[in-house]
Amino acid sequence: MAHPSQLGFQDAASPVMEELLHFHDHALMIVFLISTLVLYIIVAMVTAKVTNKYIIDSQEIEIVWTVLPAVILTLIALPSLRILYLMDEINDPHLTVKAMGHQWYWSYEYTDYENLGFDSYMIPTQDLSPGQFRLLETDHRMVVPMESPIRVLVSAEDVLHSWAVPALGVKMDGVPGRLNQTAFIASRPGVFYGQCSEICGANHSFMPIVVEAVPLEHFENWSSLMLEDA
Amino acid sequence: MAEDIQAKLEKYRTAPFDARFPNQNQTRNCWQNYLDYHRCQKALEAKGVDVAPCDWYKRVYKSLCPLSWLEKWDGQREDGTFPGKI
Repeated sequence: MAHPSQLGFQDAASPVMEELLHFHDHALMIVFLISTLVLYIIVAMVTAKVTNKYIIDSQEIEIVWTVLPAVILTLIALPSLRILYLMDEINDPHLTVKAMGHQWYWSYEYTDYENLGFDSYMIPTQDLSPGQFRLLETDHRMVVPMESPIRVLVSAEDVLHSWAVPALGVKMDGVPGRLNQTAFIASRPGVFYGQCSEICGANHSFMPIVVEAVPLEHFENWSSLMLEDA
Repeated sequence: MAEDIQAKLEKYRTAPFDARFPNQNQTRNCWQNYLDYHRCQKALEAKGVDVAPCDWYKRVYKSLCPLSWLEKWDGQREDGTFPGKI
């Protein structure tokens, strides 16, 4: 999850997020190399004692600084498109969960077998137990089985919201009257936090998302318990 | 035919990929299956045939459609104000 003074992404909890993380490292390295080169050249030019005022042209350098950027752009574009198509692959989900945005909480519906639905409100700061995270914890978590493809259908009941979990590499807008599909696989068990990502009123910052990935048997026990409590 | 549907329903996990709705917007997928179930039910009841084959559409729309939408549409059907043609 997020931690203070964090610079990079959270640890990836899904295969797609892993790919995005590695791509980001690759693209950022290219950015650093180009920036260093440019900075070096600037310093070298500024500190040079001897200057040539009579350069007209130079075919060789023109070719170099045309071909090299084209190559660099290709090196960025190819992995990027690979990930784009990877994210678009047809998957065969094992479970469908509906995430409905409200002002100001999320509600989750698991209706593949029975009608399980519940609301997920943020735990107010004064009600937190020691060790819990401020503005991130909720009373009910969206529990999913790990290592299974999960389809999430995001919508909203009033205004625009957005369902985002950075560790899973997922963000999908919740639009009233529309059903937006996204999918993820939780590669490892754990608790993954996110926050509403589309301005939706006074408590937009106070309707977080918590996804808990557990082994399948635990998920089945949890859903039976939730159905009994409902 | 009926046995195939039974077998499919027994193995049902969640709504499978539907090539008619390959993209992000699944609104139509939910709507279409809701319509298809009620049309199927109406047609088979009119013929006096077992409505069990229609259950596939019901499982799919139950998986996909938000409960609030279903409540609203069921209410509209009862009131006679449902916008779809069944």
